[in-house]
Amino acid sequence: MTRETPKGSRLRYLPRLLLIIPVLAMLWVPSYNKLEPALAGIPFFYWYQLAWILIGAALVLIVYLIEMGITRRT
Amino acid sequence: MNATATIIFVALFLLITWLGFVAARWRQADLNLLHEWGLGGRRFGTMVTWFLLGGDLYTAYTFIAVPALVYGKGAMGFFAVPYTVLIYPALYVVFPRLWVVAHARGHVTAADFVRDRFDSRMLALAIAATGVIATMPYIALQLVGMEVVIGALGFPTEGFIGHMPLVIAFLILAAFTYKSGLRAPALIAIVKDFLIFITVIAAVVVIPARLGGYAAIFAKVPQEKLLLAAPTGESFGAYSAYTTLALGSALALFLYPHSMTGILSSAHGHVIRRNAALLPAYSFILGLIALLGYMAIAAGVGEDPAHAAGFARYGPNYAVPALFLASFQPWFVGVAFASIAIGALVPAAIMSIACANLFTRNLYKEFLRPDCTEAQEAQMAKIVSLVVKIGAVVFILALPQAYAIQLQLLGGIWIIQLLPSILLGLYTRSCNAPALLTGWAVGLATGTYMAATQDFASSVYPLQAFGVTIPSYAALYSVLLNLFLAIVLTPAFNLLGRQGLAAADR
Repeated sequence: MTRETPKGSRLRYLPRLLLIIPVLAMLWVPSYNKLEPALAGIPFFYWYQLAWILIGAALVLIVYLIEMGITRRT
Repeated sequence: MNATATIIFVALFLLITWLGFVAARWRQADLNLLHEWGLGGRRFGTMVTWFLLGGDLYTAYTFIAVPALVYGKGAMGFFAVPYTVLIYPALYVVFPRLWVVAHARGHVTAADFVRDRFDSRMLALAIAATGVIATMPYIALQLVGMEVVIGALGFPTEGFIGHMPLVIAFLILAAFTYKSGLRAPALIAIVKDFLIFITVIAAVVVIPARLGGYAAIFAKVPQEKLLLAAPTGESFGAYSAYTTLALGSALALFLYPHSMTGILSSAHGHVIRRNAALLPAYSFILGLIALLGYMAIAAGVGEDPAHAAGFARYGPNYAVPALFLASFQPWFVGVAFASIAIGALVPAAIMSIACANLFTRNLYKEFLRPDCTEAQEAQMAKIVSLVVKIGAVVFILALPQAYAIQLQLLGGIWIIQLLPSILLGLYTRSCNAPALLTGWAVGLATGTYMAATQDFASSVYPLQAFGVTIPSYAALYSVLLNLFLAIVLTPAFNLLGRQGLAAADR
C-alpha cells in the first residue's frame, strides 16, 4: 500500500480542523431558519447559506495555502 | 416552433459535436489503452479538471430539478446549497489520498481499489455492480433534462418524430464518446460552462429587474414555503430531513463512478485540493439557479395558459424553461436551452465512460476474460459505453419518466453503501471483506425498504425512536447501519477463521 510520505508530524494536519466549521454551520439549521435580517430583499435563510459557499471555499483555500507552506518549509 | 431559438440551439449543438470529435487529437495518445480512453491519460491539470468536474457534478438535471424542487416545495428544495458546502471539505481531505493510491497502483475504478485493498473479488464485484446500477438511471435523467428543453423549444415530443431529436443527440454523443473517450466531455465542458455562466448571470440580473427586485419576488412566494417547518414535541419536523439530505447527498456524490472518473483523471493530488477551493464557484451558480424556482412563482408562469401544456407534461421541471421563455429574447432562449442540453451531454458522456470502465475492469477482465490484451480491454470499454447509452435512451422512451426519477432516488441510497469499503479502506486496515460485504447487503436492503415504505416517492424515512419521529434521508440511516455492521462483524469474521472464508471467496 502506498501512502503519502509523512512530512513532519501529524500536527501538519491541524489546519484541517478549520474545515469542520462550514460543516457545523450548515448542520445547525435553527441558526438560520429565519427571514430577518434580509439582504437586498433576499431573506436571511437564503443569503446566509449562499454566503457559506463563499466562506467554505475561502477556508479550503486557506488550509491549502497553509499546507503548501508547511510542505515547502520541510 | 420557436425558430430563432431553435437555430441558435442547433448551431451550438453542431459546434460541440465538432469539438467532441477533434478532442481525440487533443494531447494525442494511444486511445487503445483504457487509462487513455477512460481517464484522459490522468493528465488533466487544475483548469481542465475544474471544467470537467464542474460539468460532471452540476448536471443538466440538477439545473432543471433543483429550481423545480424549490418551485414546488420551497425552502426544503434549497438543501442543495448546504449539500454543496459540505462536499468540498470531504473532497479536500479524502480524495487526494485515494488519487495517490490509485495512481501508484494503476487503479481505474473504485472497485479496482477495493479489489486491491481487501483482496476480495466478490467485494469488488459488489462495488462495481452497485456503481453501474446506480449510474444508469442517472444517465437516463440527463435525457429527461434534455427532453424538457427540446419540448420547450416547441418540438413535438410524442411519437416517432417526437423522439427523433433526443435520439439524434444521443447518437452524436455516443459517436464522439466512442472515438475520443474522456477527452470529449472535458473539451465540451469548457464551452458548456461558458454558456451556463452567461445564462445564469443574465437570469439573476434580468429577471429580478423585470419582476421588481428580489424583495418583490420573495413577497409573491407563499410565506409558508419560505422557511423549514420547525420541530414540534413529537417530531424533528423538516430540520432533520434538511440536514440529512444535505449530508447524505454530499457523502454519496463522490462515490458515484462518474465523480471517481473525474477525480482519477487529474494529474496530481494538488489538482484535486485546488479544485476543492475552486469548484464552489459552481455551487454559487447552483444556489442562484435554485432561486429561479421562486422567480418562476413570482413571474406566474404556472398560471400562464401559454405554458399550461408544458407543465401538464413535465410538471415542476417545466418551471425554468417556462421562466426563460417568458423572460428572454428568442435568440437568448436558444443559448440558455443549449447550455442545458449540452449540460446533459457532458455528464452523460462521463457517466457512460465510468460505467464502461467498471464493467470492463471489474467484470469482463476479472471474471470473463482475465487474459485479454490492453487493446481488447479498451475496445470492450468503448462498446460498453455505447450499450449503456442505448440502454438509457430505450429506458426513457419505453418507460414512464417517473421510473427514472424513482430509480435515481434509489441510486443515491445504493451508491452511499460503498462508503464503508472506500473510507475504511483508505484509512484503516482493520475491516475485512466479508464484514464489509454483509454491511453493504444489509445497507442496500434497509435503504431500499425505507424508500419502498414511501412508495419510492420520497427518500425521507420517518424513523420512530423514543416516541419521537425523526424524518431523515434513508441513505444516511442505511449507511450508518452498514458502517456499524462492517465494524462489529469484522472481529466476528476474523474469529470464524480467515482461511475457510478466503477459500469460499475465491
